[in-house]
Amino acid sequence: MANNLLIFPLLIPLVAAVLQIFGRSHIRFQRIVGAISMLLCVGIAVVLVGEVHMSGIQILPMGGWVAPYGIVLVADMFAALLVLTSSILGAVCLFYAFASIGEEREKHHFYPFFQFLLVGVNGSFLTGDLFNLFVCFEVMLISSYALIVLGGTKRQLRETLKYILINIVSSSLFVATMAYLYAATGTLNMAHLSERITEVGQNGILSVIALMLLTVFSLKAGLFLFYWLPGPYTSPPTVVTAIFAALLTKVGLYAIMRTFTLIFYQDMGFVYTLIGWLGIVTMILGVIGAIAYREVNRILAYNVIAGVGLIAFGLATANRAGLEGAIFYMLHDMIIKALLFMLAGIMIGAAGTARLQQMSGLIKRIPLTGWMFFVSALALAGVPPLSGFVGKLLIVQGGFERGWYTLTILSLLTSLVMLYSVMRIFMLGFWGKERPLADEQKEIPDEVYREWITEAGNPSLLPDASENVLDHRWGTFRPKALMASASVLFVLVIAIGLGAGWIQTYIAEAASVLVQPAVYVQAILGGG
Amino acid sequence: MEIWMSIAVGILFAVAVYLILSRSLLRIILGTSILTHAVHMLLMTMSGLKTGAPPLLGEESGSYVDPLPQALILTSIVINFGVTAFFFVLAYRSYLRLKTDDMEEVKRKGGQ
Repeated sequence: MANNLLIFPLLIPLVAAVLQIFGRSHIRFQRIVGAISMLLCVGIAVVLVGEVHMSGIQILPMGGWVAPYGIVLVADMFAALLVLTSSILGAVCLFYAFASIGEEREKHHFYPFFQFLLVGVNGSFLTGDLFNLFVCFEVMLISSYALIVLGGTKRQLRETLKYILINIVSSSLFVATMAYLYAATGTLNMAHLSERITEVGQNGILSVIALMLLTVFSLKAGLFLFYWLPGPYTSPPTVVTAIFAALLTKVGLYAIMRTFTLIFYQDMGFVYTLIGWLGIVTMILGVIGAIAYREVNRILAYNVIAGVGLIAFGLATANRAGLEGAIFYMLHDMIIKALLFMLAGIMIGAAGTARLQQMSGLIKRIPLTGWMFFVSALALAGVPPLSGFVGKLLIVQGGFERGWYTLTILSLLTSLVMLYSVMRIFMLGFWGKERPLADEQKEIPDEVYREWITEAGNPSLLPDASENVLDHRWGTFRPKALMASASVLFVLVIAIGLGAGWIQTYIAEAASVLVQPAVYVQAILGGG
Repeated sequence: MEIWMSIAVGILFAVAVYLILSRSLLRIILGTSILTHAVHMLLMTMSGLKTGAPPLLGEESGSYVDPLPQALILTSIVINFGVTAFFFVLAYRSYLRLKTDDMEEVKRKGGQ
C-alpha cells in the first residue's frame, strides 16, 4: 500500500525554499514561510510515527513504479523517529536563527538553504534506494556548503574549501562503490540488495564493497575519519553549527546503521568488530581534542566526534540491547548537541569571545543559561533522570552481552572525560570574577595575539585576528528569544529522560526492524 | 573493450589524484572534475558496455541495453556540474579575499 504522507517531509521544505527564493527582499515573508514549513513538518512527522506504530512499515513507490524497479520511500520506525527529531530541531534552530542570524544573511538566502538542508536530511532518512541516498546526501551537502560560507570571512572561505574538497572526494568514492555494487548484484534498491546478498552469501567482493561503503559513510559521519570536522563546524554562526552538529554527522551514522543492519549483516564478525574499534578510537581521540582546546565551540565540536564514536560502538555490538541503545542515544545526541551549541552561542554573545581564557563570571550576567548549561552537561554524560542515561545504559549492556568488557569500560571512561570537558566550560566560563564585555574589542591586539601563538604553537589553530572573530555578532543578538528556543530543547531533554519508558516502546520497535531485516524486505518487496 | 575502459578509468583516477594533491586551487578543482568523470566511466563500464539495442518501445531486438546506469550517470553529472560551478565561484571569491590560490598560503592567511 502506498502512503502519500511520506513525500511531505521532503516536499514541504522544498516548496517553502522555492517560495523563499522568490520572496528574497521580503524577510518577514521568508520567516513566516519557513516557520510554517517547519511546523508542518513536525506535525506530519508525528502523524507518520503514529502510523508506523499502528500499521507497520509505510512505503511510497514514487510515480507508481513498484520496487525494485522504481525508487521507493520507506518509513520504518527508525527513519520516522529520526525525521521527527530532525524536524523538531529544524523548527527550533529556525526560531533561534530569527534572533541571531542578522539581516545581511537573511537577505542572502539563508532561509532557503536552511530548508534545502532539511530536504536533504529528511530524504536521506526516508529513502529506500542507495542511489537516491546519494542524491539526498548531495542536496544536504550543497546547502551545507552554502550555509558554511555565507558571510564570507577569510576563515569561512578557508574552511569551506576544505569541506567541499573532502566531500567531493567521498561522494565520488560513493558513486564508485555503487558502480561495483551494481555490477555485483544488479540492483541498488536496499531491500532488493538485502535479498540478493542473502541468496548468494556475502563473498569476498561484497565484503570489499561493504568496507568501501563504510569508508564513505565514515567520512560523512566523522567516524574515525573526522579530521575535517572541527574547522568547518566552528567557523559559521552558532545556529548553523548547531544544526550541523545535530543533523549532518547523524545522517552519515544513519547510513552506516541502515546498510550494515539491512544489507551487509551476513559477515557479522569482521566488519562489526572493525566498527566497534573505530567507534572506541573515535571516542578517545574526540575527548582528547575536547580537553586540548580552550575555545567553547571547538570543545563542543570534538564532543560531537566523541558522540559519533559511542553510537557506532552501540551499533557494533549488533545485539538488541546495543542497537536500542544506539538509536536512543542517537536521538538524545541530536537534541543535546544542538542545545549545547545554542547555549554556547548565548555564552559567546554575552562574553564577547569564544575563548575560555577571557571568559569568567558569566553566571551573574546570564544565570538561567548557566544552570541550563550545567544540567545539559549532566544530560550529555548520561546522569540518570536525564535523556542520555537510558541510551548509554543500553549500549553498555549490549557491549557486555557481546563480551567486549575492556572496550565497554573504555567507552564509560571516555564519557567521564566528556563530562569533564564540558564541565570545564561551565567552571571557567560561569564561575570566577565577572569581566567586562569583550564585545567592543573587534580587533585582537597584537601582543595578545602573539601570546596566543606561543601558547598554541600553530597559528592555523587560532581565529582570525584581522576580522571579527565572532561572526554571529555580525548579525543580531537577542538573548531572550535565543533562550526561548533553547528552552524548548531543554524541556525535551528532560521529558525524554523522564518519559524514557514510554519512548522505549517506540525505540524497541525501531530496533526490532534492524535486528530482523527480513521484515523490512518483506514490507517493500511483498514477500519477494 | 571493458579492459581498455578500465585502464582508461585507472589513468583518469591517477591524473585526478595527482591534481588534487597539488597546491594550486585551480588544479585541485580540475582534479575533482576529472575524478567524477572517471567515476562515471567506471559506473558505465561496470554495468556492462553496449550489448543490445536501445531500450525503446518499437525497437525489435533480442537483447536491450540496461538503461539504469545511464540514468544514474546523468543524475551524477548534473550534481557534479552544480558542485563544480559552486567550487569555482568559491575559489574566485577566496582568491579576491585572500589574494592567493596557493593552498599553503590559504592555510596561513585564513588562519590569522
